[in-house]
Amino acid sequence: MTDAHTTGTHGTGPFIAAIDQGTTSSRCIVFDKDGRIVSVDQKEHEQIFPKPGWVEHDATEIWENVQEVVAGAIVKAGITSADVKAIGITNQRETTLLWDKNTGEPVHNALVWQDTRTDALCKELGRNVGQDRFRRETGLPLASYFAGPKVRWLLDNVEGLRERAERGEILFGTMDSWVIWNLTGGTDGGVHVTDVTNASRTLLMNLHTMAWDDKILSSIGIPAEVLPEIRSSAEVYGNAKGGILDGVPVASALGDQQAALFGQTCFSEGEAKSTYGTGTFMLMNTGGTPVNSYNGLLTTVGYQIGDKPPVYALEGSIAVTGSLVQWMRDQMGLIKSAAEIETLASSVEDNGGAYFVPAFSGLFAPYWRPDARGVITGLTRYVTKAHIARAVLEATAWQTREISDAMTKDSGVELTALKVDGGMTSNNLLMQTLADFLDAPVVRPMVAETTCLGAAYAAGLAVGFWPDTDALRANWRRAAEWTPRMDADTRAREYKSWLKAVERTMGWVEDEES
Amino acid sequence: MAKNIQSLERAAAMLRLLAGGERRLGLSDIASSLGLAKGTAHGILRTLQLEGFVEQDTASGRYQLGAELLRLGNSYLDVHELRARALVWTDDLARSSGESVHLGVLHQHGVLIVHHVFRPDDSRQVLEVGAMQPLHSTALGKVLSAYDPVAHSEVMEAERRSFTGRTVTEADAFESMLDLIRAQGWAADAEETWEGVAAVAAPVHDRRRMPVGAVAVTGAVERVAPGGTLRPELIAAVRDCARAVSRDLGAGRF
Repeated sequence: MTDAHTTGTHGTGPFIAAIDQGTTSSRCIVFDKDGRIVSVDQKEHEQIFPKPGWVEHDATEIWENVQEVVAGAIVKAGITSADVKAIGITNQRETTLLWDKNTGEPVHNALVWQDTRTDALCKELGRNVGQDRFRRETGLPLASYFAGPKVRWLLDNVEGLRERAERGEILFGTMDSWVIWNLTGGTDGGVHVTDVTNASRTLLMNLHTMAWDDKILSSIGIPAEVLPEIRSSAEVYGNAKGGILDGVPVASALGDQQAALFGQTCFSEGEAKSTYGTGTFMLMNTGGTPVNSYNGLLTTVGYQIGDKPPVYALEGSIAVTGSLVQWMRDQMGLIKSAAEIETLASSVEDNGGAYFVPAFSGLFAPYWRPDARGVITGLTRYVTKAHIARAVLEATAWQTREISDAMTKDSGVELTALKVDGGMTSNNLLMQTLADFLDAPVVRPMVAETTCLGAAYAAGLAVGFWPDTDALRANWRRAAEWTPRMDADTRAREYKSWLKAVERTMGWVEDEES
Repeated sequence: MAKNIQSLERAAAMLRLLAGGERRLGLSDIASSLGLAKGTAHGILRTLQLEGFVEQDTASGRYQLGAELLRLGNSYLDVHELRARALVWTDDLARSSGESVHLGVLHQHGVLIVHHVFRPDDSRQVLEVGAMQPLHSTALGKVLSAYDPVAHSEVMEAERRSFTGRTVTEADAFESMLDLIRAQGWAADAEETWEGVAAVAAPVHDRRRMPVGAVAVTGAVERVAPGGTLRPELIAAVRDCARAVSRDLGAGRF
């Protein structure tokens, strides 16, 4: 045996188990008191595409996988339930499920956050006000991602469901609720709860009261009987019943991006993290007040620890980051592996005047222009594929800068440093470019699994495994830091060129096209 | 069982030796690292040269891979791929050892640092990715010199500067140090490059068992080698990390 967890010095426990019920797989990671990984188990589940734009998951398969990976991680760690002090949950956000309270059977596959079947419904719900009809209460635009409209779609489209729901036979939940309900016994006394971060992605919770909003419920047409109880992100919801962790407290729930914010220990106002994967999600802690966004960001709950007041966050996402590198590899064939983009980009000093705006399905935050399409601009005969590779990496960095600027405008707080995680953090040139464009240090933590770590931290706080957030900060280790090296004039000139390139993407798609 | 053709096996071994970035080897280096007589090696090299698989530099007489072979498809390991594969393992090594971790590859007669994980304390540290280290005195450089014949020929020909009173510069002493490194599977640098700094390194191999880089733990000599003796658990941790990265690159268990 030469795996990392058997060579480390994690000692004999106790431990925290974190479950990450993600979009493509479910994972369980066991952490020790220093926040180090002891063992990992993971299993993918099927992506179901019944029609273009529709994405579903089989919730029964997911629950089976969750049980399997929990058992797998515990066995690999060579420990028993007695060594595990608490279970924490983090999950793909907004994915929506309705199930029968008495049988525990889902009434339909879960509708995944990427599913766009509620587009038309969202337009209809906007009435004469439009996308921002519920923004003041919920912090969100009316968009197909969020859970509320998905619940309405299920009630409208599964035969007899609305009547059963009104009779109180049906439960709604995002994946946190589904996992917690099953873990704590299911039909045999399972607790039906969700946490504030997941509830803040439903379009149904009022951010100011942390309660379901009756007006919105009746506007969207959802009976209150189906809703879970809204609880904090870190408290004991109940104990696991049956299974390998029988009797262990289930003590946290956080949506995945909020869990990463927590795992990166962004506990102070103005602290921000950005996760670089296929797409990128950046969240900034805005303290005790929900900050309204006038620059196309989402207002959301960052976390709430027990009976302490909730902490809010601003969120901005970039649709195309890692997927642009994959596109360069798979569609353009300019590189053989994702890592090679750095080799190619490093073979030149700069972008040679070329800019690449990957607005493949329109521009997202902060522009929200569905009529935009991608451009590569500034081309001359001098430009080589290496310059284009450089422009690819710069696109991710500039889009981060745009989100960061929007956050500063909305919150009035300047970004002092950016904590990063995700697969693209192994790209040294990208991280340096990010520091250069943001004019702020970029910091990578030592544990890459910040999402699971966040869930473990919250659960550990709830059961007193860690005393407070300061103890968690003490666990945080800097693995690398990139400091800005670009002079202000160059940065300003380059930013101007980027913004010019962005302008050229707009208005490409005519009204009648989609 | 079918009999393999020995000269083809030898030719393949030579091409493997020469595979990679900027690799040029002299006849004697090639012969000795494959355990062949010079005449035998020369015969094979001449044939490969006629086929365009090998080219000889007219000035130095050294051999390198030929354009024909590059046309057939040359797939050397990208250093950024190496970093991506090493990320989790080197993080864990820094965490468990409490010291900084470097990943280095051979580049222009020295060691190029391609990845650096900070020492896990709150002190200010500067990212050293892109920096060069000497081949003959650092733990990373010594591992590469011991395992990679190209590095070996480069380090033997170069001037081996004395950085501290402990730097080994004399050729025979240096060679026997490399023998020891090959025998034990790791190299150390106890204040041979910088006063007060010690390091331990181990080799990373790819799926063809070629040495593609080295991983090292570096820290204050008082912590890494208290009382003049390297901490054995540190050596074990560095070797485990190097093996884990090698395994991720497809190398078999060894």
